[in-house]
Amino acid sequence: MAKVRGAVTVNTERCKGCNLCVVACPSKVLDLQQKEVNNRGYHFAYMAQPDKCIGCQSCSLVCPDACIEVYRVIEK
Amino acid sequence: MENNDIIRPENLVYKKPALLNDSHMHYCPGCSHGVVHKLIAEVIEEMGMAEKTIGVSPVGCAVFAYNYIDIDWLEAAHGRATAMATATKRLMPDKLVFTYQGDGDFAAIGTCESIHSCNRGEDIAIIFINNAIYGMTGGQMAPTTLLGQKTATCPYGRRADLNGYPLSITPLLAELDGTCYVTRQSVHKPASVRKTKAAIRKAFENSMAGKGTSVVEVVSTCNTGWKMTPEKANQWMEENMFAKYPLGDLKDVESKK
Repeated sequence: MAKVRGAVTVNTERCKGCNLCVVACPSKVLDLQQKEVNNRGYHFAYMAQPDKCIGCQSCSLVCPDACIEVYRVIEK
Repeated sequence: MENNDIIRPENLVYKKPALLNDSHMHYCPGCSHGVVHKLIAEVIEEMGMAEKTIGVSPVGCAVFAYNYIDIDWLEAAHGRATAMATATKRLMPDKLVFTYQGDGDFAAIGTCESIHSCNRGEDIAIIFINNAIYGMTGGQMAPTTLLGQKTATCPYGRRADLNGYPLSITPLLAELDGTCYVTRQSVHKPASVRKTKAAIRKAFENSMAGKGTSVVEVVSTCNTGWKMTPEKANQWMEENMFAKYPLGDLKDVESKK
């Protein structure tokens, strides 16, 4: 069966670490950096579990700063 | 399949709209304004109206909206955005004219202009962000503040006997003959973001078709003003705001003219 795989890229300098994408993700892929921060001092989001991403765009829709790009591919 | 194989231009399904420029938004982390800005940029881009759109920005947190969306903007005096939009649309009927206002601008100081523009049925779209607080000035009580809600100027909660009742202005506007589309949406979940985008698109199309005034109220959060995390603010909004400001279309008529 074809499997949908996804991946996101986060514009880390634009991200403000509001955590809304982490909450919105149905597959629990995203998380905020625990120690690393960007130039403005925010703990930015990253893919903690990249294998689970299904490219559903939920994170990018709720992101107030439009810093998430979503890629999706159907694995055959 | 590795991540690097997925992250390729041909697999891209969602990116920042080009009309939203690279300036760093001054909004607090998790602010609903950012989501609505993004949706407006997406809709204008999809309609191909980038060169023909004039937005009117308010006084309030969204006062710098002109820094973020790459279209023509006007800056109105506090509450007078719909009056400026009226003049703009009457002088240039081929432009898409919309106002972007918060509740302190639209439902407090600008109530007179708001109601009369809607009553005249001006062919403008109004995006009304309602977060039940004066966010920009530090979280004071607004007319839209809920009963019992604590703010900087009512630290023990809003009281009906002292402060009056919260103003739900959108149903009032739905009563007027000049409005063609009045709806109340939110942007706290992916599904609600999609619905709000469809509502904004419809409002903009109504404006270009000359059907009358369209009002899109977006029930929003102000996590800094409410003193909560963005996630908690969304929950609080679901539990408290939606009882007073229920979501859904209040009016959708074919044409008022």
